Amino acid sequence: MTTNALLLAPPRVKAGRARSALVWVSEHLALVILAVLFLAPVVFVFFTSLMTSQQTLTASLIPKTWQWSNYLDVFRTVPLAQWFGNSAIYAISSTVLMLLSSVPAAYVLAKIRFRGSSIIFGAIIIAMLLPPQVTVIPVYVMWAKLHLTGSLLPLILPNLLGDAFSIFLLRQFFLTVPKEYTDAARMDGCGDWTILWRIVVPMARPGIAAAGLFSFFHAWNDYFGPLLYTSENQAAWPVSYGLATFRGAHGTDWSITMAMTILVMVPVVLLFFFAQKVFVEGITLTGVKG
Amino acid sequence: MTATVLESERATTPAPARQLTRRPRRRPRWAVISMLAPAVLGLAIFFVYPLIASIFFSFTRYNLIGGIEFIGLRNYVYLFTQDPQVVQAALNTLWFVVILVPVRIITALALAGLLARAKKASGFWRTVFYLPALVPPVASVVAFVFLFNPGTGPVNLILKSIGIQGPLWFNDPAWAKPSLVLLGVWVMGDIMIIFLAALLDVPRELYEASSLDGANGVQQVRHVTIPHLAPVLFFSVITGVIAALQYFTEAAVASGVASGKATIGQGAGVAIGYPDDSLLTYAQWIYVRGFGNYQFGYASALAVVLFVVASVFVLIMMRRVGAFNPSEAS
Repeated sequence: MTTNALLLAPPRVKAGRARSALVWVSEHLALVILAVLFLAPVVFVFFTSLMTSQQTLTASLIPKTWQWSNYLDVFRTVPLAQWFGNSAIYAISSTVLMLLSSVPAAYVLAKIRFRGSSIIFGAIIIAMLLPPQVTVIPVYVMWAKLHLTGSLLPLILPNLLGDAFSIFLLRQFFLTVPKEYTDAARMDGCGDWTILWRIVVPMARPGIAAAGLFSFFHAWNDYFGPLLYTSENQAAWPVSYGLATFRGAHGTDWSITMAMTILVMVPVVLLFFFAQKVFVEGITLTGVKG
Repeated sequence: MTATVLESERATTPAPARQLTRRPRRRPRWAVISMLAPAVLGLAIFFVYPLIASIFFSFTRYNLIGGIEFIGLRNYVYLFTQDPQVVQAALNTLWFVVILVPVRIITALALAGLLARAKKASGFWRTVFYLPALVPPVASVVAFVFLFNPGTGPVNLILKSIGIQGPLWFNDPAWAKPSLVLLGVWVMGDIMIIFLAALLDVPRELYEASSLDGANGVQQVRHVTIPHLAPVLFFSVITGVIAALQYFTEAAVASGVASGKATIGQGAGVAIGYPDDSLLTYAQWIYVRGFGNYQFGYASALAVVLFVVASVFVLIMMRRVGAFNPSEAS
């Protein structure tokens, strides 16, 4: 029932002034309390990241001395710069390759009708939805036979051949480019590559940006892939994977672990603030109309 | 119909009677083929082939060093009658499907409803509740294991200050899964954004018209809001279930960090499922048998069972969502 009450119709229903003010206050009070609860984890993690290691062993929430050197200690404890580099290589190259291969495929599936198009699109949906563990063993065997395990290449190279989720998302964006534009270009004698490059890509730029961001975040956040292919080679680890092993490998010092946690969060949060609008539009499109 | 027929050509060219009986032969469009070929090749190599190969491997005994030995249904017989941990792993995954998915969806719906009504600074509130969803999953798990650690974790310190003895959270088999549900709620931002967009999409006139007809708030929710949200709710339930079936990262990292031992990977299985197999999910069990013990044949049998279960939900999704069919899309 509370859920229903929250979903209630517009505030402009006929009601006494006092009552609607009461509703307004209670709603905003709820928002403030919930916002505090949602932000608290990051605040506590940040505070702990600045404590001395002795203080992390005591029952305290706020650092007595603000020990910023913890952040440097992370770099001294593990090859963090290298791991960040690996993450950047993984995320950027995956994204670039994905766009090169998936944008044209999405254009064909959105704008051109041909026999077999629904079969290909159906296969893309199924590939996107099925859990990766279903296909992971033969794919792993394939990369092992090519002697490419122990590196991030098995995670980067497949993007050359399209990514199901990205093709799906890009197609949904391309569908919104009005047919009149592509038709007019075709009348003028433009080929498909020209139409894609000159008409569709400029008009669907926010969509392409969203797909690129999702791909970047997916790679940056990936744990299962690096676990599978790089766990035996520490020099190839991305930061996400390195963070997961950090506490087990380097004792129980929460302050340095939390400093590293903050360092892993910062790049994605910064990227989000630069591209917030694109991001929200993209998420909305993944969920609303299929 | 050979090669490709353009939507536009169909729509704009008036078809002469002659064409109805004998279509003109069309040149194959090389541009179109070159655009689609990489993706089709990708589907073949990274999806269709491994799917078939998984099914094939599941009838064999196979590791990377030795050869492939065909053993019929023995992997499946072992899976369903003897594997000591597969039942626990399947039950844990089922637990996440049944508890984690609805809890996340209900929270996201409630927050979206609250945000839909907040006129001022709605962008600010949206960002606050969405931000946790951005945090890399490994970082959020490490953070939560710290926040909820029984000794010095802020959560239990705060509980203690108001006189409550907090549980052991990630270190107690009974509390480890609920702890991950709390994490799942913290990162429900993407579902919330989708719900929020759908809520804001409901035409205001519908509310106004129904309120003129004398509908009260509850009736409006029942007859206006819910029907409008139904497709989005359906979508989020199915994708949520499919995600829960493959639940891996959060559980694996939580076990590793909470136990204080090196995570799985090197010396696979050290901390897996900690505490007491309570976080051992089915997807992790595939990983352990396949990449910890190098039993590729048996792990493939586990994967095929997951495939069958997940397919049910994929098919439900494909049936319901007409927009997936290109001929119906604009």
